Amino acid sequence: MWDYSDKVKEHFFQPRNVGALPGANGIGDVGSISCGDALRLSIIVNEDTDVIEDAKFQTFGCGSAIASSSALTEIIKGMKVEEALKVTNDDIADFLDGLPPEKMHCSVMGREALQAAIANFKGEAWADDHEEGALVCKCFAVDEKLIEGLVRNHNLRTVQEVTNYTKAGGGCCACHEGIEEILMRVMEERGEIFNADSVPEIVEPEPLPLAAKGGMTTVQRIRRIEAVIESIRPNLRMDGGDAELVEVDGNTIYIKMTGACSSCGMASMTIGGIQQRLMEELGEFIKVVPAEKLAQPPRKVAHG
Amino acid sequence: MADIYLDNNATTQCDPKVVEAMLPFFLEQFGNPSSIHSFGAGVGRALGKARKQIQALLGAAHDSEIILTSCGTESDNTAILSALKCFPNRKEIITTTVEHPAVLALCAQLEKEGYTIHRLGVDSKGRLDLEEYKRLLTPNVAIVSVMWANNETGTLFPVEEMAEMAHAVGVQFHTDAVQAVGKVPINLKNSKIDMLSVSGHKLHAPKGIGVLYLKRGARFRPLFRGGHQERGRRAGTENAASVVGLGKACELALEHIEFENTQVKVLRDRLEQGILAQVPNCFVTGDPDNRLPNTANIAFEYIEGEGILMLLNKEGIAASSGSACTSGSLEPSHVMRAMDIPYTAAHGTIRFSLSRYNTQVEVDKVIAAVPPIVAELRRLSPYWGENGPVTEPEKAFAPVYA
Repeated sequence: MWDYSDKVKEHFFQPRNVGALPGANGIGDVGSISCGDALRLSIIVNEDTDVIEDAKFQTFGCGSAIASSSALTEIIKGMKVEEALKVTNDDIADFLDGLPPEKMHCSVMGREALQAAIANFKGEAWADDHEEGALVCKCFAVDEKLIEGLVRNHNLRTVQEVTNYTKAGGGCCACHEGIEEILMRVMEERGEIFNADSVPEIVEPEPLPLAAKGGMTTVQRIRRIEAVIESIRPNLRMDGGDAELVEVDGNTIYIKMTGACSSCGMASMTIGGIQQRLMEELGEFIKVVPAEKLAQPPRKVAHG
Repeated sequence: MADIYLDNNATTQCDPKVVEAMLPFFLEQFGNPSSIHSFGAGVGRALGKARKQIQALLGAAHDSEIILTSCGTESDNTAILSALKCFPNRKEIITTTVEHPAVLALCAQLEKEGYTIHRLGVDSKGRLDLEEYKRLLTPNVAIVSVMWANNETGTLFPVEEMAEMAHAVGVQFHTDAVQAVGKVPINLKNSKIDMLSVSGHKLHAPKGIGVLYLKRGARFRPLFRGGHQERGRRAGTENAASVVGLGKACELALEHIEFENTQVKVLRDRLEQGILAQVPNCFVTGDPDNRLPNTANIAFEYIEGEGILMLLNKEGIAASSGSACTSGSLEPSHVMRAMDIPYTAAHGTIRFSLSRYNTQVEVDKVIAAVPPIVAELRRLSPYWGENGPVTEPEKAFAPVYA
């Protein structure tokens, strides 16, 4: 069974705001029964104040799809429309204390239903701008379509290049065979032959000497953390972003995502990937938290 | 922790007698069966006894036809790759669209490497077309691999007849029988089946032990080379305790095979009829007239399987689903798709698989638990109205994209 957070389970077992909403002036339908996920979001917007006064959902889908729908209605109730348009799929996932990478599309569907419902309220047409493929890299939640597109558009030839562009394959490496198959297929389309021998070795950060058995000194530990961040920095820069170590507090490591990474929809996935790498390198359980949370009090959650 | 376990096609509890038989082989009789000294000799004798017990359940002519492996998957891979090595000029394989991934994923890989894979389709009840099979059977085929019983629906394939047909044109026949062994009477000495895979943990033995039956005279090449274990056909020190456990499990399975086909079947039918009588818009998938006695696969329309499983789990009931979401893929089970079960139902299929440990009290609890769970999820579904499915669900729900 999936490792769902307690919050996901709670919103699945006791979903909030279920059903049709009489008098709704914005309805967003996304997904379809063939995909295994379908979500209808109904909202009532006060036309004078632009505030979403009520929201209800009907969902056909798995536990996390139902929980994401429930979370979405809780997040947007009481929000102004313009504010609601800024809600990202990460906001939904964060509200639920995270989702497994295979289930991130449930939160994406929530955001899309919201955009569709608001477009419907405004009398606008809304077009979905993404196509979802099978998940290839589980560490960084990268799907086949995304990799295929980048391999095609940027003439990528090696797994390393794919990792540089998408982060896919930069974690546990189990998906390298899958990435090579995509490379083979797309390269064949453009009349090239994938050269398996050209795959460079994965560059591991320089291992630092361990202190006496039982762990590292604080300084060694921080150096090791910085070495890991350094090793993934080229990938982040490729996307116009960067990451910086801000604070280490026991098992919690605060990292500031800057540039494109700070606003990127994948920021929480990136952080998840960094966390995975750090755990592997340090050989202990740690939690990576965005540095912004260092200053903030815990988020207040409205239960309407 | 689930109280009512109805997921025995996934794995089974070890029989306490199996565990009891295994225990001496951890602390006292830990020797290597290949050793000359007394530490090893006793273990060697125990393995010999287990081999006989396995032979008896399979109805094999010789105990040397039993090759011990680590699992069903290893047995499947060994069988298919052996045939390709034995018949290097034959570049075709016949299998079905509804095999276990242990066969399907290997065949997909072999296809990439240049082999031609013929995947026999099934009808809406999961049955094969033997005419199509006959047409494909040519001397270009290296091996036929067809499962005895389907893990999701329990539907049985006529493997004995198919083995005769393969034999008639000189093609090796392998069957993945991990779901059938212990539930269906098997008598390999009277069949033309060349190879057959067994998995211990499906019949109350531990995980990590399997068998490849190899008919005497059938050509074979090992997957693992090394020591002389299994007469050089599968090198690697024997998993002695698990082999002893599997032997005991086979003995017990033989004793209970009638029980499986009477008592367990009665419970399965009671469960199935109890649910069908109370829940609208659900149906049994597969071939109800020709299937394993312990398996019921029910499709609940307009809801999704993972939700059903989570709510069942909350009630202490363990089952499994063919929905996409439980596996993390976007497609529902390949078995449901192969039978052309509509998407409105394929995502909501639930497999209940019983064992000889289940009771009528448990079954009655499940019959009582299922209807409110289905009703609750339908309350959430945009495809379900006040009293039934919305008319023309695909039109009533108008997504901006699909």
